[in-house]
Amino acid sequence: MTDQKKILDLYFLDARARLIDIAAFMDRVDRADGGDDFRYDAFRAALKALESEKQDRARKVLLAFSDPTEEPIPVATTKAACGAWPGVENA
Amino acid sequence: MRYIEPHGHMVSRTTDDYQAMAIAGCQAVSEPAFWAGFDRSSVQGFYDYFCQLTQHEPRRAAMFGLPHYTWLCINPKESEDLKLADEVLSIILEFMDCPNVLGIGEIGLNKNSRNEMLVLEKHIDLAASNDQLILVHTPHLEDKRKGTQLILDVLKSDSRIRPERCIIDHVEEHTVGMVLDDGFWAGMTLYPETKCTSNRAIDILELYGNERIWMNSACDWGISVPLAVPRAAQEMKRRGCNSRQIDKVIYQNPIEFMSQSPRFNTPEGL
Repeated sequence: MTDQKKILDLYFLDARARLIDIAAFMDRVDRADGGDDFRYDAFRAALKALESEKQDRARKVLLAFSDPTEEPIPVATTKAACGAWPGVENA
Repeated sequence: MRYIEPHGHMVSRTTDDYQAMAIAGCQAVSEPAFWAGFDRSSVQGFYDYFCQLTQHEPRRAAMFGLPHYTWLCINPKESEDLKLADEVLSIILEFMDCPNVLGIGEIGLNKNSRNEMLVLEKHIDLAASNDQLILVHTPHLEDKRKGTQLILDVLKSDSRIRPERCIIDHVEEHTVGMVLDDGFWAGMTLYPETKCTSNRAIDILELYGNERIWMNSACDWGISVPLAVPRAAQEMKRRGCNSRQIDKVIYQNPIEFMSQSPRFNTPEGL
């Protein structure tokens, strides 16, 4: 088991910088014009995974952005993924 | 340090990249067929691409002392066109006996559509019928969880498929468990923005162990880092891994998997 202090020594400043970047990103989105966007909704939902006490936060964040359905879609109308599931009606 | 780059799209890279990889300790490269970033207009485009993978690229790699291996398929991004897919599948046999071909790949799913599933099943049948290894691409971002499960279900439904001869690539925290639990190999792709970072890949190694798993750069025409594997190895060292653990993941594991093909030549000194 790795020593916690060593992990913090290695990664605290990097994680701190990324956290501030996330905060600044959310401020940037909020002060911009526009309405709801499923990607930002998913992003805010994913943030809740960080509050978990269990050690599977990364998995939960990934699942928050994931398509939860099980069946193949009828046809692929695009090649690209956008990072968040748009929902059945918009998929 | 010595390592294998088990998933690099070298046709998209420069000779400077080959040189940097060789200097960093790369001992061999393995290149799955993939989407060129644009749709090829006909089967002839694939024929030329397969010639490039089996004839030209090995010569380019050899200039830097690197053995070059490859995998053949039509990528799932081009699988919506069933007629084109069938035409491409029909020419793969012609290349399958080339000395650097290790198997069928990178097959899989992209948007998890019905046609992609049909073409995936045809690739699996081609591999099983010809006793080929399989290298699987799993979908990007929001499509990965569902696509990985669909791929595993298809592979498990074919009794000819042995999980230890299939690597499921681009795993992340929400898919690595299902892949390893079913006996398949798992690949972690180290990308700056999508897929896995070095730190997360090392976390996965800490949680799931060093067996049946490798790391790759999947360097291609997009944002990617040809030296991602040796950089991750450096991070493993910082994290406290010893040289034996690092060698296992970045060198011995790729050799263990790819050696299942008689065409893979194990580097000297293993």
